[in-house]
Amino acid sequence: MFNWLQHKNYPGFWNTYLSHFKAKKKVELAMTRFVIFDTETTGLTIKEDRILSIGAISVTSNTMDVADSLELYIKQDKFNPKTAEIHGILKDGNIKKIDESEAIIQFLDYIKDSILIAHHAAFDVAILNESLKRMELPKLKNKVLDTGILFKKTNLCLNRDKLYALDELCDVFHLKKHDRHTASGDAYITAIVFMKIIASITEARKISIQDLFFNSNRRGLL
Amino acid sequence: MKNTISERIFDFLKNFPPFHVLSEEQLYTISKNVKVVYLQKDKYIFKSNEKIHNHFYVVKDGAIGIFKEDNGVLVDECDEGDIFGLRALIRKGNYILSAKAIEESMLYSISSELLEGIINTNAQANKFLLSSFIANTQDSYSGENKTSVFGKLENLKKNESNFTEVQSAKYSKHPITCSPNVSIKEAAQTMSAKKVGSIVITNQNKPIGIVTDKDLRTKIATGQFSIEDNVQSIMSSPVITYPENITVAEAQIAMLQHRITHLCITKDGTHDSDLVGILSEHDIVVIHGNNPSVLIKEVKRAKSAIALQYIRSKAQQLLEGYIKQNIPIDFISKVISAITTAITQKSISLALEEMNAPPPVNFSWLAIGSQGRKEQLLLTDQDNALVFENIPSGDYNKTKAYFLELSQKITEKLNIVGYELCPAKMMASNPQWCLSLEEWKQQFNNWITKPDEDKIMLCTIFFDYDIVYGDEQLVDKMSQSIFQSINRYEIFLNFLGLNALKNPPPLSFFRQFLVEQSGEHKDQFDIKARALMPLVDAARLLILSHNIKSFNNTILRFEKLAHIEPQNKDLYLLCIDAFKTLLHFRTQYGLRNNDSGRFINLKSLSKADRLKLKRCFKPIKEIQELIRIRFNLSQML
Repeated sequence: MFNWLQHKNYPGFWNTYLSHFKAKKKVELAMTRFVIFDTETTGLTIKEDRILSIGAISVTSNTMDVADSLELYIKQDKFNPKTAEIHGILKDGNIKKIDESEAIIQFLDYIKDSILIAHHAAFDVAILNESLKRMELPKLKNKVLDTGILFKKTNLCLNRDKLYALDELCDVFHLKKHDRHTASGDAYITAIVFMKIIASITEARKISIQDLFFNSNRRGLL
Repeated sequence: MKNTISERIFDFLKNFPPFHVLSEEQLYTISKNVKVVYLQKDKYIFKSNEKIHNHFYVVKDGAIGIFKEDNGVLVDECDEGDIFGLRALIRKGNYILSAKAIEESMLYSISSELLEGIINTNAQANKFLLSSFIANTQDSYSGENKTSVFGKLENLKKNESNFTEVQSAKYSKHPITCSPNVSIKEAAQTMSAKKVGSIVITNQNKPIGIVTDKDLRTKIATGQFSIEDNVQSIMSSPVITYPENITVAEAQIAMLQHRITHLCITKDGTHDSDLVGILSEHDIVVIHGNNPSVLIKEVKRAKSAIALQYIRSKAQQLLEGYIKQNIPIDFISKVISAITTAITQKSISLALEEMNAPPPVNFSWLAIGSQGRKEQLLLTDQDNALVFENIPSGDYNKTKAYFLELSQKITEKLNIVGYELCPAKMMASNPQWCLSLEEWKQQFNNWITKPDEDKIMLCTIFFDYDIVYGDEQLVDKMSQSIFQSINRYEIFLNFLGLNALKNPPPLSFFRQFLVEQSGEHKDQFDIKARALMPLVDAARLLILSHNIKSFNNTILRFEKLAHIEPQNKDLYLLCIDAFKTLLHFRTQYGLRNNDSGRFINLKSLSKADRLKLKRCFKPIKEIQELIRIRFNLSQML
């Protein structure tokens, strides 16, 4: 059914990525592979800024698998000294860096059809889609969940109109803010936050994956 | 490739045993393959009878309770850095116990293949895992895997002794010997030719006697024997023999005990095996200048309490050195007790010299409590008592006044040496504890037949007495009377049993619940009341129940118990190990903080030390259970 997407000019890795979505599986929440990820970027302007690094780790059945994680650093033409102060990635550091396209290839190979989780996911997805666009590829196909929105489904959320920063969720869940502002460190913390949110929601009632995608404002019906 | 997450895990694991002994590469391999598990409160990790997972677990945050599913008894609590789920992996059977999060928790799960890699390549880590395995084995005494567990335990012990024991003493490997039928003159010529101070008389290379310079001086030069006499007529026989691996500490103790200066080293340590060397006091002195036999000689030469104080401070340095060298604690306590005894004896003779008259009747000076058990290592309060012969009532007041004055002088001298006066006045200078034999008998009989809480407490102090000075017969009579009273009133042992169970050991150092809740030592762990005394009390009770006299030392008591109750041997041996470890801890911390070592700040303990301490609680729990059953205490509680 995705045939119309398989443009003859699309490279092999993209077709491989798409092929993961072909089989329509009905998966239990407990069996679902979630990929929690974060990007560090040169700035917050989606059209102009670039991804510096991507950190990602998988969670299946409330268990994070460190062996199934990804940490990528991307070579830069553009360098913004202002944001370097936050993420600490230098233009020419010691860490092994790869081209943007190579990073995207590895990222797609890693995420497959998993559900993507990020804090304020819209930005991370948008900037990834921008990279894909530069490679003349369509947007990501994965389902995406935002921990900032998911949190509002829990009873721990006191103000559902508020936008919660990751640091604030760390406080709510009593997490130490290690390695903040590195992609992997934030992905790790987001993963813990995600597991805690899921636990908090499932504590109240049995839920399916679909329930997670419901609008937070409909918590009462969940 | 950089991996921030596994670096963070690496940083956590490297602080905890057995990971701290792994190579960086080994630990990094593990860190890269950890799974991070999140658990809500009350969620199970595994349940008993469940098939084993391919993982064991390390607690990252939170707390995990290990339960017996059938009766819900909490067996263990694991907090940050603790490992669980290992036993089933090694055993390769289903889980016997259940593991449940008693708080919201994060765990690191580590695969069994990685574990096997560690076991096969890292001996130290292997040792740790095995020992924690054994400590976690609740039913190790009856467990179905007994053979394999104890097979490994033996290896472990071997490792441990290599680790803790001091190097073997260096002895002369070419002892000068002669046969028993040579003359004294010939023997002396050989000694002169070889420039040695001793010669061993051997028969087919088995040592049968020894002649030293001293023998030549005291037995020949005095004209007692002729130089043409057979060497056998003046040799000291039998000789004291030890095996080749004798340690410096052992040698010192042997020489102190037997009041000799030479030990024969034989193949298997008995008289009936080949002589391989001779170890002289001089050899020991060479090893380290500050040694106990020198100190004891100095004690004998001392002319004042101030001089004794100086010697005691040197003994303190000796103690520090021993603890640093990890010399077995029972050796250390023997040496320090010998010095303490010598100092006390000297204080008594100095005090006697100051008295205007000799004692009117025979008396004995008793060390009581920890000194009586020869377990006092640090300078703690003095606890002592005095017993004098029965006298006609007309002379009583005069006699008692004499001994009270004497005791006053002795305790003051001991105070100068550094043994502080007992705040509870458990001293012979207190008229209550300076009594005639008959009074002591009546007092003990009263304690035993009409026990209340205070009297039982006094029994636990005064039953552990050791004669330091004076008439041994008096003390024997006292002991006999105690046993007669106990035999007549056996329920006393049940009261003593109740007292022994007063302080149940903690399960773990989980959070704060076992530390002192208030007062000067808030948040500290009372190692004396919580861990040492339960063992001391248990050993005393059990040995009394067997009617055995003159075993006043906790380790010796457990050894004796292991001998007479082979069915409980394993437990008693574990108790000995626990007691040694605890005493070592107390001494180490006492030296570090320059106090009695009674209260330990848990935060200052390394994880390895915490685990080591924690392992001591299991045998305490078990021995208390044994006492509860044997003395039918469940009904009395």
